[in-house]
Amino acid sequence: MGIRFILMVNKQGQTRLAQYYEYLTIEERRALEGEIVRKCLARTELQCSFVEHRNYKIVYRRYASLFFLVGVDNEENELAILEFIHLLVETMDRHFGNVCELDIMFHLEKAHFMLEEMVMNGCIVETSKSNILAPIQLMEKAS
Amino acid sequence: MGSQGGFGQSKEFLDLIKSIGEARSKAEEDRIVLHEIEMLKRRISEPDIPKRKMKEYIIRLVYVEMLGHDASFGYIHAVKMTHDDNIHLKRTGYLAVTLFLNEDHDLIILIVNTIQKDLKSDNYLVVCAALNVVCKLINEETIPAVLPQVVELLGHQKEAVRKKAVMALHRFYQRSPSSVNHLISNFQKRLCDNDPGVMGATLCPLFDLITIDVNSYKDLVATFASILKQVAERRLPKSYDYHQMPAPFIQIKLLKILALLGSGDKKASEQMYTIVSDIMRKCDSTSNIGNAVLYECICCISSIHPNPKLLESAADAISKFLKSDSHNLKYLGIDTLGRLIKLSPEIAEQHQLAVIDCLEDPDDTLKRKTFELLFKMTKSSNVEVIVDRMIDYMISINDNHYKTEIASRCVELAEQFAPSNQWFIQTMNRVFEHAGDLVNAKVAHNLMRIIAEGFGGDDDTADTQLRSSAVESYLRIVGEPKLPSTFLQVICWVLGEYGTADGKYSASYIPGKLCDVAEAYSTDDTVKAYAISALVKIYSFEIAAGRKVDLLPECQSFVEELLASHSTDLQQRAYELQAILGLDAHAATSIMPMDASCEDIEIDKSLPFLNGYVQQSLEKGAHPYIPENERSGMIDVSSFRSQEQHEASTHALRFEAYELPQPVMPSRISPIVQASSSELVPVPEPSYHAEMHQVAASLPSVSDTGSLELKLKLDGVQRKWGKPTYSSAAPSTSNAGTHKIQNGAPQPDGVISSSSRAHDISYDSRRQQIEISPEKQKLAASLFGATSKSDKRQSSASQKVSKTHIPAAEKSHLAMNATSDTAVIEKTPQPPPDLLDLGEATVSGSAQSVDPFKQLEGLLDLNQDTSTINSSIVGASRAPDIMSLLGETALNVQGDSVANLLSAGRDDANLLSGFSNTPVRNDHGGCTLVNPTQQLIKGPNAKESLEKDALVRQMGVTPAGQNPNLFRDLLG
Repeated sequence: MGIRFILMVNKQGQTRLAQYYEYLTIEERRALEGEIVRKCLARTELQCSFVEHRNYKIVYRRYASLFFLVGVDNEENELAILEFIHLLVETMDRHFGNVCELDIMFHLEKAHFMLEEMVMNGCIVETSKSNILAPIQLMEKAS
Repeated sequence: MGSQGGFGQSKEFLDLIKSIGEARSKAEEDRIVLHEIEMLKRRISEPDIPKRKMKEYIIRLVYVEMLGHDASFGYIHAVKMTHDDNIHLKRTGYLAVTLFLNEDHDLIILIVNTIQKDLKSDNYLVVCAALNVVCKLINEETIPAVLPQVVELLGHQKEAVRKKAVMALHRFYQRSPSSVNHLISNFQKRLCDNDPGVMGATLCPLFDLITIDVNSYKDLVATFASILKQVAERRLPKSYDYHQMPAPFIQIKLLKILALLGSGDKKASEQMYTIVSDIMRKCDSTSNIGNAVLYECICCISSIHPNPKLLESAADAISKFLKSDSHNLKYLGIDTLGRLIKLSPEIAEQHQLAVIDCLEDPDDTLKRKTFELLFKMTKSSNVEVIVDRMIDYMISINDNHYKTEIASRCVELAEQFAPSNQWFIQTMNRVFEHAGDLVNAKVAHNLMRIIAEGFGGDDDTADTQLRSSAVESYLRIVGEPKLPSTFLQVICWVLGEYGTADGKYSASYIPGKLCDVAEAYSTDDTVKAYAISALVKIYSFEIAAGRKVDLLPECQSFVEELLASHSTDLQQRAYELQAILGLDAHAATSIMPMDASCEDIEIDKSLPFLNGYVQQSLEKGAHPYIPENERSGMIDVSSFRSQEQHEASTHALRFEAYELPQPVMPSRISPIVQASSSELVPVPEPSYHAEMHQVAASLPSVSDTGSLELKLKLDGVQRKWGKPTYSSAAPSTSNAGTHKIQNGAPQPDGVISSSSRAHDISYDSRRQQIEISPEKQKLAASLFGATSKSDKRQSSASQKVSKTHIPAAEKSHLAMNATSDTAVIEKTPQPPPDLLDLGEATVSGSAQSVDPFKQLEGLLDLNQDTSTINSSIVGASRAPDIMSLLGETALNVQGDSVANLLSAGRDDANLLSGFSNTPVRNDHGGCTLVNPTQQLIKGPNAKESLEKDALVRQMGVTPAGQNPNLFRDLLG
């Protein structure tokens, strides 16, 4: 399966985007988000960007006040996921221009659309920024 | 829409985002969301809501769920939005349903029809949107409804569609391999697609397939290797490059696949050596992505048939990882070391210091990874050191999941490599004492079995010693407060079984202890059951030995208490004890033979001793016994079940439109007419009768005109469409041959349920591996040393450990200095240092010299982080003169993001001009589209931020608000 979920959570622990690739109930999501955010926030910048949690790993990266957390299976390449997060941010940056937390909040669906292009069935399927953004730009033109 | 705001969104929506964004606590956020729910509940079902407004409502619903509240009241509106013709609205609807629903939700059936229609659309964006949903919401039963179309789309002219169709097929394969087994060749075809995106996506399903069945794909080795070569040679479009690496994510996936294909296959591996070594050479080890690929290369090298040259370069790369200052790289170093150690065990020795460093590191992630490595390199020579360390760590942590894991690892290592009985028992005691309630009950049973069966092969005295030392240590421990239940069970069992075996302890001493346990843990029925059973054993052994038994007073009262217990199990055990006390020696021996816990008890399930009685009764005219499955009332069920199993392959729902409801219901279709075809086209009427009865009434609701009928027929949908949820052909759990390895006492919960027949065998073989030679064990204290020189190593290792403390301390000191140096930087609105590794916008140096800011800090008396400072600067900036002053100085010295904020503040001054500009570019996203050149400019762009800022400000969200972080650029 590879990627189990992608979360964006700010420093206060407030969820800004959540995409799960396996179904969890709202309660389960709430509990999981609380747990892992607490775990990741407690870590220093010098420590690894990877945390074990239950039977999988969380790869996280901080941008300004926003944390990107990706839950992955154990056999996933952690460093590659770390760079995948960066690719995601770069892609959003290209689209929004100097992307900030508020952009994601105002355009939640667009952030999701980008993820939909990049990840399917928990696998990374597209890493070309122009390919990722093309449908979104076309869609904007259309409406 | 007069209320529409700057982003094409209403004021209301912006207000919501603003208040969520500025919420200070979870409680405040919850209040906002609850209020929002109330509002949405009222508004969303109003008639004639404009579509744009509805889209906004749906995104607000997404917010509600994302923030942890139930929005199920609005699901149906999201479903309805998927029917919309506008692609943006449709896709938003689709997005919402994938976020809200799981694949078994009742509403899915309402979407299937739309999906079918959309898959046939001329607009490829619509097709893509539908395929996204197919991947998320189509379950096993609905696969046939869309499968033909998905297969057709594999050949679509747009590459984006082909890519998503591949992934949809992949999803079907994940859900139900049998439904797409005949289509798997399509993946190989798509691997050779002209479009690199399609090829890259196809690697995902192929990886899964190869994981399951390597041998069928050996012929693809050359293909994968050549693709990898082409990728590495930059044959893919430039847009796949990432930080100067050509398509690294595709490279990584290919390396993973090669690792699988080359594992244990010399011939296949040889085809990979060149390309893997090429890639390793090309990897830029200064960038994260370069190291990620490098790491994958090492994983590949350690998986395929070993090649000395590659191993060498892998070892080099590992040393670089381990020597790095970055914890991430160290982590990878430890991980790869664990992989390579199987192939070249000597490699660990050169990295002793680094490994010990990581073991001592306060970073839990690194520590655990190191324990994993140690686990892999445990031998009988170093087991004591390693297990000791592991247990210490286990005791120190609170994370139950990991505690459980590490506990079972300790147990595994201890069983496998235990140098002595005493050590083994002590180790187990420590594990159980601290994690007893977490370890699997099996582990406890395993321990009991080991004590019962012994450890030393044929050596009986060793077994006896093991038991005696167990008894002895348990008697010592048993008085300690708050022992875990599982551990107490083991203790009671061992004391009962072997407490009096060596004659050291009398039959009055042990029962006393047992009664103490029962009293101390009087709420734990299981422990009490173990205790009373232990008493039964001890007393019957006494009786068997011909000694007279006097029940201790505390035993007496314990038994009496149990006789009146609410638990029938405890009662029975107590009565049995009483009964046994009245037996003679011979009878006691036969029901409770000494040390017979390992004997199998044969149970003849056919109960032959009853035959005579049954025969007699039959002759007297009694009804014969009819097995359950032959009883008349059950006929339907059983035949139904077998039929269902039979049908499973052909089973399918009907997805073509149903006929309009007829006045006369279709007459009962005669059952059990099997559709023999295994075709995919789902028109299987006959094999369908079970569902027909159930669903007949609600059939029309899925018709082509479903969208019109939605409101009317919704209630019918609640029924489950598919197979009834019978437990999937679970055959009645066979009780046959449950051998209980225990003394004859009826212990329903089974002290040792022989779940481990197979274990026994593996255990036997394991036993032979363990050749415990005491001299070696004593020498082996160091982790790495070969057994002969381990003595020397020990001291050196410990020296090294002590040495490493100092540099570590120094390092941390340095780090402290460093952080205090950079503290100023962190206080500026620049992103934190880790962002600076991007190689863009290196602002760190300049920040330090900015005195005005420090002064400002003092002036404004802000103790939080800077963005607040800045925002208040901006806030303060409304006084124009300060503003211009600040703006100039700061703009010169500081990074652009400050400039952004400040200039935004400046913009505030001439607000009017900002306003006049904004309405023109209503949609911010559109703005970026119009100016593609602007997108290309990387990094901060003052003008753009300025516009954006003005826009947002118009909505009333300002950086001077409560959460200025919202405005910080993510990429510095």
